[in-house]
Amino acid sequence: MTSASSATEQVRRSLPKRYAKERRFRLLGLCAIVLTLFFLFVLLTTIFLKGWTAFQQTHVRLDIHFDPARLDVKNLNNANYAALVHDSLQQMFPEAKNRNERLQLHRLMSNGAAFALQRMVTSNPGIIGTTQSLWLPADDEVDMLLKGHTPRDVPESARRLNDRQLGWIDTLLANDRLEKQFNAAFFSNGDSREPELAGVRGAITGSFFTLLVTLALSFPIGVAAAVYLEEFAPKNTFTDIVEVNINNLAAIPSIIFGLLGLAVFLNFFGLPRSSSVVGGLVLTLMTLPTIIIASRASLKAVPPSIREAALGIGASKMQTILHHVLPLALPGMLTGTIIGMAQALGETAPLLMIGMVAFIVDVPQGLQDPATVLPVQIYLWADSPERGFIERTSAAIMILLMVLLVMNATAVYLRNRFERRW
Amino acid sequence: MLKRTLSLAAASLLLLGTAQAQAASSGRDYISIVGSSTVYPFSTAVAEQFGKTSNFKTPKIESTGTGGGFKLFCAGDGVDTPDIANASRRIKQSEMETCGKNGVKEIVEIKVGYDGIVVANSKKAEQLQLTRKDLFLALAKEVPNPDDPAQLVANPYKTWKDINKDLPDTKIEVLGPPPTSGTRDAFVELVMEPGCAQFDSIKALEKSDKDKHKATCQTVREDGAYIEAGENDNLIVQKLDANSKAVGIFGYSFLDQNTDKLHGSVIEGSDPTFENIAEGKYSVSRPLFIYVKKAHVGVIPGINEFLAEFTSEAAWGQDGYLAEKGLIPAPKAEQEQYAQAAKELKPLVLE
Repeated sequence: MTSASSATEQVRRSLPKRYAKERRFRLLGLCAIVLTLFFLFVLLTTIFLKGWTAFQQTHVRLDIHFDPARLDVKNLNNANYAALVHDSLQQMFPEAKNRNERLQLHRLMSNGAAFALQRMVTSNPGIIGTTQSLWLPADDEVDMLLKGHTPRDVPESARRLNDRQLGWIDTLLANDRLEKQFNAAFFSNGDSREPELAGVRGAITGSFFTLLVTLALSFPIGVAAAVYLEEFAPKNTFTDIVEVNINNLAAIPSIIFGLLGLAVFLNFFGLPRSSSVVGGLVLTLMTLPTIIIASRASLKAVPPSIREAALGIGASKMQTILHHVLPLALPGMLTGTIIGMAQALGETAPLLMIGMVAFIVDVPQGLQDPATVLPVQIYLWADSPERGFIERTSAAIMILLMVLLVMNATAVYLRNRFERRW
Repeated sequence: MLKRTLSLAAASLLLLGTAQAQAASSGRDYISIVGSSTVYPFSTAVAEQFGKTSNFKTPKIESTGTGGGFKLFCAGDGVDTPDIANASRRIKQSEMETCGKNGVKEIVEIKVGYDGIVVANSKKAEQLQLTRKDLFLALAKEVPNPDDPAQLVANPYKTWKDINKDLPDTKIEVLGPPPTSGTRDAFVELVMEPGCAQFDSIKALEKSDKDKHKATCQTVREDGAYIEAGENDNLIVQKLDANSKAVGIFGYSFLDQNTDKLHGSVIEGSDPTFENIAEGKYSVSRPLFIYVKKAHVGVIPGINEFLAEFTSEAAWGQDGYLAEKGLIPAPKAEQEQYAQAAKELKPLVLE
């Protein structure tokens, strides 16, 4: 009796200490979460603050006279479209007389303006002879100035635009001929060396093709391997070795897969360098272990009673697996696959070896065309000297993050929608 | 049901992939270029202009580094190898031999222009007046002992003032490229070696111990005063902006784009400006090249036209679009010589 009450007494005395311990433990966990969220917040806000301006681009309204003297209907491809832009600028600022001043004036416009006019004329030769008021892209220097990324209150020698050019810009602004508009080119163009013309369409298409190949190969192979290992394979040293190797592969630095791809797919099979098909193959090798491990785990999670019930009413092993086990394990497998895909989407290192870290302007049309992917595009832009690429780098990161977010949200949705709990 | 559709889609994709793979491995209708990351911004600009104004496809350009580029370029003369190699230095004898061994016999060399290497710091700090000797003393691993010049000691200099009393009293903190970079090779060749040659005691070493001489002139200190900042020059620019005491080493085009934040140090009495580099007054500049595989001309469409675009006045001239990107044009006579070589596809013979 006395010993029991003293034990209770002891417990009671230690209780505040234990509660305090628990509170501290919880607090530490909370701190960890808050800290992570804080860093995530800092990262996202810096990217957003740097990048959101890239979704706008400065345009200049020019009155373009499609001069028949300059445009020979028989030879529209080789006409001098830049001259149309220059004529229009010249008309507006007749004070630019000598060659040097005219060059400075012409530099206010992007050379994309000439390409835009070329597209208009070749698609509709009927506009030759007319005069139209058009919004055309300005040079990236003008764009950076308007967005406040380059200061104008520094001495002329420290600026890339001189005082005369600033004067012209102010005149354009005063006449409502200069304004920031939605940057459609960012979504419709491939890469470019001119920041104002550079877009992510090529990289997004390349990423799409690459992931398509990866998904088409790694999902069936991964699921088949998992089903065999989990349901059919005998438990012996050989399968043990296979299992250890798969787990090991999941932890291998991804550049190794690039080297393997270079040796096998390019040098031995002779597949085209820089193409999304090779990129997809290499990323397949990289994501397979992830998919196999996730698929095996979800197969393991299907209760044995399901298998036993199926076998008990006379289903064959094959029927048991195809009709019952696999459908129940599929949500887990899909989650694993999507996570593997998301990993593959963010990968650059293995692609370096197979030539996908490249400057590619044309948007890829098929699996064989030279292509690059979003993370590589980000890397290439981050390395460019032009200041206009700084905001574009952040904007491309935002797009990559959005795609990843959508993929991961799909994984969560699939899991919640189809997962069964026992 | 879901599974069946998925597997069906997968199977058809696989078929599509293999069918395409067989169709396309036969030929290539675009120019493939590899090599130096320093030449990359310029050849990409030409490639884009070429792709948009001609009826040919835009060339594909990989940034692999000069050495890596030659490795791919010299791997053979089949269409699966690149047609053009970008280089921030001249091709080496050994690389020519590898090329020859693999069947790449005729290579056309075109010097496209010059690139300056600048030593720059933030505008918040004062502009430095340096000599190559100062830079050698600041950055070499071993320097002649200040008390007894015959002896080599581990670099004792901590501040710029220690080296030269006219320099500011700030800690030596230099951000520069890692050894894998071509900019680093060029910096060693153009700054460290000439700086090193100004010491009689090290000169004497050349006769007695050649390896030691080479190591002394080329090895950069590793005690934290020289910080390898990675291949990304934008990162160096950002760090210099944030830390006004630091000094950075990078290509001229990055200074050209950031004149509002940084100023280049005066080296041997001349500023790293466009004019000074073009006139050869600024000592730290190097030529940039492209090398063309002659066997591919006529096989891969558009090589002649691409070279014509590269060597046109509109591209590499004084007011060309490459100058705007930071390339320093070569002198007129040199340009004419190489434009001619590009036209005639005159194969290179190394003396």
